[in-house]
Amino acid sequence: MRHEIILLAITLLLILAEVFIPQNKKQSIVHLAILLFGVHTLVGFFPGSEDSLFGGMFRTNGIIHFFKNVLNVGVLILLLQSADWLQEKVVRQNKGTEFFILLFSSLLGMYFMISSGDFLMFYLGLELSTLPVAALAAYETTSRKSSEAGIKLILSSTLASGVSLFGISMLYATSGSIYFNDIIQMITSTDLTILGMILFFAGLAFKISLVPFHFWTADVYEGAPISVASYLSVISKGAAVFILMILLFTVLKPLMHVWENMIYVVAVLTMFIGNLFALRQQNMKRFLAFSSIAQAGFILLGLIAGTQLGTATIVYFVLIYIFSNLAAFGVVQAISLQTGKENINDYEGLYRTNPNLSLVMMLALFSLAGIPPVAGFFGKFFLFTAAASEGYYLLVFLAVVNVTISLYYYLIVVRAMFLRKSDNPIPFFKNKIYMRLGLLITVIGILVLGLYSPLYDYIYELSGIFN
Amino acid sequence: MDILSLFILVPIITILALVFTKGLKQARIVSMIGSIVQLGMAINLVFAYFKEKAVNSDIMVFTKDVVWFKEFNIHYYIGVDGISVALLLLTAIVVLAGVFISWKMNDLPKEFFVSLLVLSIGVYGFFISLDLFTMFVFFEIAVIPMYLLIGIWGTGPKEYSAMKLTLMLMGASAVLLVAILGIYFNSNADGGALTFNILEIAKVNIPIEVQKLFFPLTFIGFAVIGALFPFHTWSPDGHASAPTAVSMLHAGVLMKLGGYGVFRVAIYLLPEGAQHWSWFFIILATIGVIYGAFSAIKQTDLKYINAYSSVSHLGMVLFALLMLNKTAWNGAILQSLSHGFMTALFFALIGMIYGRTHTRDVRKLGGLLKVIPFISAIYVIAGLASLGLPGFSGFVAEMNIFVGAFQHDDMFYRIATVVSVSAIVVTAVYILRVVGIMLMGPIKNQEFLTLERVTWYEKLGILLLLIPIVGMGVAPLWLSDMILESLQPFIQGVL
Repeated sequence: MRHEIILLAITLLLILAEVFIPQNKKQSIVHLAILLFGVHTLVGFFPGSEDSLFGGMFRTNGIIHFFKNVLNVGVLILLLQSADWLQEKVVRQNKGTEFFILLFSSLLGMYFMISSGDFLMFYLGLELSTLPVAALAAYETTSRKSSEAGIKLILSSTLASGVSLFGISMLYATSGSIYFNDIIQMITSTDLTILGMILFFAGLAFKISLVPFHFWTADVYEGAPISVASYLSVISKGAAVFILMILLFTVLKPLMHVWENMIYVVAVLTMFIGNLFALRQQNMKRFLAFSSIAQAGFILLGLIAGTQLGTATIVYFVLIYIFSNLAAFGVVQAISLQTGKENINDYEGLYRTNPNLSLVMMLALFSLAGIPPVAGFFGKFFLFTAAASEGYYLLVFLAVVNVTISLYYYLIVVRAMFLRKSDNPIPFFKNKIYMRLGLLITVIGILVLGLYSPLYDYIYELSGIFN
Repeated sequence: MDILSLFILVPIITILALVFTKGLKQARIVSMIGSIVQLGMAINLVFAYFKEKAVNSDIMVFTKDVVWFKEFNIHYYIGVDGISVALLLLTAIVVLAGVFISWKMNDLPKEFFVSLLVLSIGVYGFFISLDLFTMFVFFEIAVIPMYLLIGIWGTGPKEYSAMKLTLMLMGASAVLLVAILGIYFNSNADGGALTFNILEIAKVNIPIEVQKLFFPLTFIGFAVIGALFPFHTWSPDGHASAPTAVSMLHAGVLMKLGGYGVFRVAIYLLPEGAQHWSWFFIILATIGVIYGAFSAIKQTDLKYINAYSSVSHLGMVLFALLMLNKTAWNGAILQSLSHGFMTALFFALIGMIYGRTHTRDVRKLGGLLKVIPFISAIYVIAGLASLGLPGFSGFVAEMNIFVGAFQHDDMFYRIATVVSVSAIVVTAVYILRVVGIMLMGPIKNQEFLTLERVTWYEKLGILLLLIPIVGMGVAPLWLSDMILESLQPFIQGVL
């Protein structure tokens, strides 16, 4: 419960701060929020206890605790990277505090979602984590695209939640309980349960933006402020993957013979469609949107294994993915804030004017593409190992075909930055301290997470709990 | 620090030092020092290897085993035998020669040398790895810098070539990944633990069905970088667009990863698979040998000629490896080394000619022997070595290959061998044709009369490559013995 209480306290504190800090010092709210959240992240790393509260509605254990920490680190990096944007754009419009309140509420929702012990808590968490993000997506009130993104997100996510809820009700109808522990014992493989499971899966698939529930992704990413797009693609996706994994590996384990086929098909579709659509994108945000769809497809390879190995590789991959994607979004954010440019063409000749930013971007893209020695390679290799351990060689083969396709579009961005020369390149600029810190952490993460094997061993030990 | 890990550490240190350099002069000095140290280490390793081998009869010497990911049983496990020692020496020589040839790299020099050294880390690491995972990591590290090296510093349609090369090679390595996982999950067939350790897997009897399934994947995964027909198409474009030093390294060293991987992984670990599939890949390799040679005749661009000649020569390496006997294997390794030196020398010379005349079109060149005699004379020597003249390395290698290949007495092998041998004649045609048109004959362009003389660093680069070619041709025995001795475990395991 520690994570939840502290985060709630921080949120309330920020509301107070909004009231008491005078108008001309509003900038300091950004510093305060980052400081408080930094402390919260650090405190999170103290070992937590295994808990079960509210009659089993809320539970926590080693790996859930670890995963909340992962989300915290991601949000902290994201805050560092958005600090300049917040100070220059948002606080001036007097909307600084709301940003933090909405963001933290959503994160709180994710905490509850991954800690949930029954479907009610799960659903509350799901809603709490989604609704504030819709408001955040529409945060640039002067931009039509941003409003469009907000509307699109709220409409499609409500629909998805509704479908999910319908599925849950069917599971309840067949098993007679909404508590996970009861359902595990009661669940049988009847048509109604299977239908319920599929509908329930659809709701989460929407959040992870798996094909065919991905249509909102590119438009929302493009319209929403970059921080929010980054939050959607990294934090929100990570949390959803995690709870999906918990539910499939525990509650829905008896239906594994059904969901492994379903995951197989969805994985293949997601990888191919995400990758093929990413090939021709011009806008960096849309490009990263499709790339993140494809990455979600790879995650499913760990899911299909359904073993401790699967759990460990997924958590490890998500951790690495958070760092890699945040690095990429961070560079896009920095450039967009300075110059307003967001197209791949605008990046031409970037290395000759801004070598450091280009190198960060290249590392991030190589990590997403899975090229050693950066972390993404290890994440992907282990996911493939997990799938192969259960004999899914064909699926692994299709995945590596996709890795090669994805390499093409990641190299297109590298080509623009390094190979091309431009008459009108992005001029040299220096980032402020928060942005630099945010990028530095991601770079260290990308370089170290893969090579530092004890981390994987640690995750593997924690993962034993579900199997 | 053990003697082998230094091969990875020294380039890393050189790269770190390069980060702090400013301008071309500092960058090239630092890279030169780093590469000289590497060459010194490689030569030292040869002597140390002989000394160690006298007292130590293990398959691999200087081994070091550190657990990396313990859940997967992934180790950082390194060691060398005679084959890898020879290839390490080749790499060190070509890298140093490449640094000399890039002495005037004006555009982004620091980045150029860093990429070159990253590539060399990949190659060194690949040759010393005895763990499939580590090997695969180094394999990809060796490939990816090519994209930047060709894309930034190349000529002609460089973006296209760089993308084509990277995607084809990475695509192949993706196939290889599946194969490696397949081998890994069958490495417990005899009841042991799952392992990536090559020496351990070689002892396991992997089920024949599995071998039949994964041998083609492993073979193709490696052989694409060894320019197996029909997957060789990246190579001519890539070489033609790459800057000189990169062509040298790529044709001279990087393509050797293919043959080495095929031998060390595909054939050694999946022997029954190799026996089952060898006929099929022999056909492909034979086509490659002939096709490469004939294509080289038709080309007018010097780099394309040499690139297709590489396809032909490396086809011979794969051809020999698939013959599955000792003599042919010995020839294959010798051919890898010989081709490495020769083709690097060719590309270096082509780079020098291009740098002076600004054309690589054979039809526009003529009479170069009169104006740049040093470069031209070496070109003739390299050409003669390439067509297998006794006294040079190419002869020793090809002799072994064909003697080995002819030991099979059934019709299929005989025909394949005869067809491959005929490529030697074709090789003579395209080599002598270029020599005749480009070096002899009248001077076609008056501007050629004022061509710059050879500089000291170019001479150094050339000599570095020429000495081993002649050395291998005149005194092949010590090298051949070193290789033959290391073939012993393969003979026991495969035949």
